[in-house]
Amino acid sequence: MEPFQRLTAVAVPIDLSNVDTDRVIPARFLRRDRDVPEYSRFLFHDVRFDADGGERPEFLLNQAPYRTARIVVAAENFGCGSSREAAVWALAAYGVRAVIAPSLGDIFHQNCFKNGVLPVILPADVVAGLRRQLHARPGATLTVDLQAQTVTAPDEGRHRFEVDAFRKEMLLTGRDEIGLTLGFEREVAEFEARHAREMAWAVPPRPRA
Amino acid sequence: MFEKIWARHVVAEGPGGHVLLYIDRHLLHEGTTAAFGRLAKSGRRVRRPDLSFATADHYVRTSPGSPTADAEIGAMVESLGRHTGEQRIVYFGVGDPRRGIVHVIGPEQGLTVPGITLVCGDSHTATHGAFGALAFGIGSSEVEHVMATQTLWQKKPRTMRISVDGPLVPGVGAKDVILAIIAEIGAGGGVGHAIEYAGSTIRAMSMDGRMTVCNMSIEAGARAGMIAPDETTFAYVAAGPFAPKGDAWRLALAHWTMLPSDPAAAFDREVELTASAIAPTVTWGTSPQDALPITGRVPDPAEVGDAGRRESMARALAYMGLRPGAPLDGIPVDRVFIGSCTNSRLDDLRSAARVAAGRRAVIPAWIVPGSGLIKRAAEAEGLDRVFVEAGFEWREAGCSMCVGMNGETARDGERVASTSNRNFEGRQGKGARTHLMSPAMAAAAAVTGRLTDVRTLTA
Repeated sequence: MEPFQRLTAVAVPIDLSNVDTDRVIPARFLRRDRDVPEYSRFLFHDVRFDADGGERPEFLLNQAPYRTARIVVAAENFGCGSSREAAVWALAAYGVRAVIAPSLGDIFHQNCFKNGVLPVILPADVVAGLRRQLHARPGATLTVDLQAQTVTAPDEGRHRFEVDAFRKEMLLTGRDEIGLTLGFEREVAEFEARHAREMAWAVPPRPRA
Repeated sequence: MFEKIWARHVVAEGPGGHVLLYIDRHLLHEGTTAAFGRLAKSGRRVRRPDLSFATADHYVRTSPGSPTADAEIGAMVESLGRHTGEQRIVYFGVGDPRRGIVHVIGPEQGLTVPGITLVCGDSHTATHGAFGALAFGIGSSEVEHVMATQTLWQKKPRTMRISVDGPLVPGVGAKDVILAIIAEIGAGGGVGHAIEYAGSTIRAMSMDGRMTVCNMSIEAGARAGMIAPDETTFAYVAAGPFAPKGDAWRLALAHWTMLPSDPAAAFDREVELTASAIAPTVTWGTSPQDALPITGRVPDPAEVGDAGRRESMARALAYMGLRPGAPLDGIPVDRVFIGSCTNSRLDDLRSAARVAAGRRAVIPAWIVPGSGLIKRAAEAEGLDRVFVEAGFEWREAGCSMCVGMNGETARDGERVASTSNRNFEGRQGKGARTHLMSPAMAAAAAVTGRLTDVRTLTA
């Protein structure tokens, strides 16, 4: 996984609340291999492109100043709905490395961490303020510093955010989580032995074929 | 209850309040096949194939005789069969009468039992919480992590108890209850929480009804939703072929009866609803929180103070092709879908059949049972004949028109009365307009061609 440390990049504001992952990537693209070169086109596909594949000019990512955005500043409950990790893959394929919002869909939130995308939760008024600045100055940049846990706005305002120590470390180092967990083999084996004594019924019997 | 199950499954403590949580059950479907590929590429194997179970539901077609829409989907389903075969994982595949929607067959097979942790690469995994299990949906990377380690790094969510009390009005069921709950707390109301549903209304529900409620927890933002196990739960579980038997059953039962929350248990948030205030409910917008009683009217964005909310409502109404102030009852519908992991079980089909019986569908209406076994059971009761005689289409088991990825979608602009769980833009097909409702209400829409208060038909 690509580590995340500090990023200064153009940010795009998305004002709509409850943006679901079906909107981020429609279901018909889910079977596509995430390594195909056109994967970034699947991002927000049905609101970004018209029926003929032409760009919808009102969609911000189709406007020159926002095209190079690598940060999304969203509204409440961004990434709600389906567990599809492809929503994060599509954002990452486009180049997005951080999503800032007052709240995020729980599964989307977790999926971000697994793909080197930093989810940042800030108070609703702070996020609304960031979106206002980004609308007022299209193409303005934000700086997200994971080590310092700060977002620096176009107006130089600096906002501190919370992130779990565990997730922070994993993102800063880009460590393979499965590899880390496999290092807990002794603990898992001990747990399984105890679990097999205390909750033996939790392993389903194999019905006779 | 949540705390008890959580504490029993902590393998190790990590930094920042994260724990390594043990997973008792991992359910797989053909949409999660990619994780098998990545696992193999890293030279890893499934640690506990005996705790992993698979089926094909998302991409499989539900029209008789043609399991997949194209060769690419065929290859996905085949790949799941190959991987599960290699790793010796029980697979309820195409042709197996037990095949069905993963959240229907887990409980049906007795794989879902109280007190366990259960995960699946699907957001509607909270369904299994209806049995007093801690069940939640995970992403593809987490699927691979569970395959390799049988654990997940998790941070403990906050807890919320939603109590619903009193008798339901005739014509109102579990789907109306959960839609009313989501409308009350909002699509993001449960973010970061595990919900426990409680109260006399919930306790009076069958397991099918309880599953409908827990199923849509994610639509209120909560990854997990659960209901304390009781005699209703135990009677359902006992019938499952993979449920504990003999001495194991007795030990399990002793454990399960200790699971319910202590009367003094504290929750981070409490919400209370009165059942008698809930009417047959339908959605008008593009978020499950956009739900109102069928007796209501399409809301007017102009009456909303918050600018962001006003704009999103206006956008939803434009997509849905609805006029503010129009009565919901009477809105013309083009198509009906009765099915999905929310509403495809026997109770659901029975309640739809009661409305369909002796009437005639005036628009295309599909009935998609949740599993092959439910289909058989419904046929044994004669429900299929009721539906077919009423002009409904009786289909094979699968996710069908709920997910929009198997070739079964509504057309651009079509208005669908649907028992599924999501009315998002494009969910049932590009440009399709979804109204969520109960199976009885969907059947009522089928026979009138309009959104209809089912109570006017059954009175």
